[in-house]
Order: sequence, then structure tokens, then C-alpha cells
Amino acid sequence: MNGLPASLLELIRRTSAEIPDDVQRAILAALEKEKKNTIAEDAFKIIQKNIELAKQKSQPICQDTGSVLFYVDCPPGFDQIGFAETAREAVTLATRKGYLRQNSVDSITGKNDGTNVGPGAPTFHFHQHRAPAVQVRLILKGGGCENVGAQYSLPSEKLHAERDLDGCRKVILDAVLQAQGKGCGPGVLGVCIGGDRATGYELSKTQFLRRLDDRNPIPELDQLEQDILNTANELGIGPMGFGGRTTLLGVKICAANRVPASYFVSISYMCWAYRRMGVTLDAEGRIANWLG
Amino acid sequence: MPTLLTTPVSEAQIRALKVGEAVEITGTLFTGRDAVHKYLAKGGALPPAVNLRDGIIYHCGPVVIKDDAGRWKVVAAGPTTSAREEPYQGDILRRFGVRGVIGKGGMGARTLAACQEVGAVYLHAIGGAAQVLAEHIKSVRGVYFFEEFGSPEAIWEFEVERFPAVVTMDAHGGSLHREVFEASQAELLKRL
Ligand code: SF4
Repeated sequence: MNGLPASLLELIRRTSAEIPDDVQRAILAALEKEKKNTIAEDAFKIIQKNIELAKQKSQPICQDTGSVLFYVDCPPGFDQIGFAETAREAVTLATRKGYLRQNSVDSITGKNDGTNVGPGAPTFHFHQHRAPAVQVRLILKGGGCENVGAQYSLPSEKLHAERDLDGCRKVILDAVLQAQGKGCGPGVLGVCIGGDRATGYELSKTQFLRRLDDRNPIPELDQLEQDILNTANELGIGPMGFGGRTTLLGVKICAANRVPASYFVSISYMCWAYRRMGVTLDAEGRIANWLG
Repeated sequence: MPTLLTTPVSEAQIRALKVGEAVEITGTLFTGRDAVHKYLAKGGALPPAVNLRDGIIYHCGPVVIKDDAGRWKVVAAGPTTSAREEPYQGDILRRFGVRGVIGKGGMGARTLAACQEVGAVYLHAIGGAAQVLAEHIKSVRGVYFFEEFGSPEAIWEFEVERFPAVVTMDAHGGSLHREVFEASQAELLKRL
């Protein structure tokens, strides 16, 4: 795995500076659809110009380079400890090179040692599969949008939300209303219905690994995704909460079993600066190909 | 067409601005975020070289590096969430005669009241547009409290040209954030 350090550094650089093609298409479509000569249209133009500049200059799309989340699919016997060590070094080096901001703060002392490495930072999610390939996906999750995430416990009397899919719909749309433009909208929702408080949020984030143009194989969830996307875009919140035709670029929902006593709906919000890239590695740890 | 503002801005110019209006700012911006606001609100004094009267504060923790010639260069400079300064902002507007605050996400009732009282506005920059906004910063004129507060929290004095923003809270009690919230809430109720 001699090639691993360079591969991970390149994965971090591209993730920070380049928007995935499906997200780029969604932003261009939203710009096209927006009412002309409005502050909403101007906002989209600036967003689009920013995406182009960042790529061209190979600099971070947003100065908040977020929480660094690695998702690794690997065969049994893969050295996870070695991978994590190399990845921590790559994160430190990427920070020194300016691909990542000095963005990780000790929660007890308030100190920022400038490495982006510490307890829980970066975060690793390893997943074994019965195939020889090693796939590494990286998400940089911004803080402003993380702050507008929400977890609801059903039933909610206040929102008249019961323990069914209609109740889920009500609380998810409430999260969109409460978020307004504060998470640097238009955003993408990752949702998990069920699970416990921890797994619910964790699974809601895995939804950001999906492409915006995919469809949910579970018909009930597919319908809910489309419904929430369309309804949210009728609310007129718009980019940055300026008012406008596009409030969300996508909605991705999964479900996990729950215990009879609990019914959580966990919602993560991803800003327009959606940073997600992935690679397949060869036996030497070099990048074999980029994942969509 | 955006309204052009040149610092120092007069009270009359600021009072003429309305919610939803696009502006472009040319002149000087002073950054200030959590540490600066807390320090000033506790009675701290500004460095003699920093004059906020009729000026504009930018809620921003920029990424600034020194180039090979030893000059400061702004690499990324998007707005940060303004709501954190809500406890302090109104007092600072009054005490220093500030005419505008740039940030993202909007601010609350106390800041809105202070804007009305002194003649000031809240200007919303595009969150996340760190590269585009950095391009509008032509030079770094100075940096203050660098040692005390660290780079992102320091006061940076930027020379800007046609820096784009939108008036989302005006000096007449208008708030686009409140308007859009109420309108979107009404739309949502129809669809539940
Ligand atoms: S929410 Fe996203 S776009 Fe906005 S400042 Fe944070 S990382 Fe940047």
C-alpha cells in the first residue's frame, strides 16, 4: 500500500475543491429555473462562479472545510488500523497545504493545534464486504448546515405527527421550515427513520453517499423523497433564505428498525457546498478510478 | 442593478436602503467575530487605527497567508453565522456608530431595533462563496489583535471593491428573514 498516502491526499484535495457532477447539474438546473433579475438568481450566479473558481484555483470551495468523514468498504483482513494512521497523516498534510482549514478544536481546552487530528477527528466508518476491492469515500460536512440538523421523537403533539409515514413527512418539512436559509441552502436532506438516537443520525449521514439523481429502491421511501422535495420547493424559502424557487436540491431517506418504545426521525442537512468524492484503490493503494 | 455603497457611508444613504435590495460595497471593511464582539461588549477599547464610525463590520474568519514578498493574501473569506453576535451587536452599533454589518443567516430583534434607532442595516453575503468574495478583497490594510485572538478572530482591515451583499434587515424595522419565514410557514400549513 505504498501509494496510499498520495492517494488520500489527492482525495482530500479534490473533495475540498470540486463539487460532484450530479450536484453541479442540480445547481445549474436551479439557476436556470430561478426567476430572472432577483436576488435569488444573483445568489445562484455567485454560487456557480464560486464552484468554478475553486476548481480552477484548486482551493477550498468554502472556508469551512467541515468535519472529515471517511467511509471505507474493504475485504476481510484489510488493515484498518494502518489505514486510519495513514489517513490521519494525510489529513494533517492536507491542512498544512491549505486543502483543509485548521478546523478541529479541543472541546475541553478550546485549543486548535492546527492538525485537524484529535479524538473523533477525522471519523472512520469501516464496512467489510466480500469483494477484493477497497473503496474510500470522503465527505466534508460543514458546520453551519450541521447546526440546522434535527432529531424528532414521534409522536409529536405540537406538529400533529403520528408514528407513520405521514408523521415523518410533517417533521421533515418542519425541519426545512426551521432551517430556512441558515444551512447555506439550497441544501440536501439525509434522513433516517427509526434506529436509536446515535444510529439514526449516523445513517442519515450515509444518505449523502448517494447520488442526487438516484432513486430509492423502496417505493414508500421513494415517494416520500419526491413528495418532500417538491413540497419544500413550493415553500418559497430559496437560496440563502432570500425567497425563491429552489429550497432543496435533493432528499434521501433510509429506514432502520427501532424498538417498540422509540420512533426517531433524524435529519441531517447538507449545504450547497456538497463535498463528496470517492476512489477505488488498487493493490498498491493507488487510485484505480474515481467513484461517481 | 445593485446600489453602490462607498465607505464611510452616511446615515441618509443607509436609511434609504430597503429589504431585498442588492448592494455592492467599495472601501473598507473591518472583520470581527466572536472574540472581538465579546471583548468590545465588555468595555474593551478599539485600537487607535480602527475607526468604525460610519463603517461596516464583516462577520468573517478569513484564511489569510503571507506571500513570498511577505504581503498578506486573502485565500478564502466567506461570511460566518451572525446569530452568535446577537447578544452584543446592538450595543456595538450604538457605541461605535457602525452603519452596516455583513454576515449570513440574519440576526434577531435586538439588532433590528438598534438598526432602526441608529440608522444601520444588516447585509447578507452568500454563505460558502469563499472564493468569489475573496476576489473582491483587493488588499489587506492592517490586522489588529492578531496575537491576542488568533488569525480567524482578529480584526482584519480589508480594502474591497464591489463586494456583493443583500440588505436583509433595514433601518425601518424590515426583515427579509421574518418575511420569508412567515410566508413559507403559511405555504407549509396549506400542504400538511
Ligand atoms: S454551511 Fe456549508 S457553505 Fe455554509 S459556511 Fe458552512 S460549509 Fe460553508
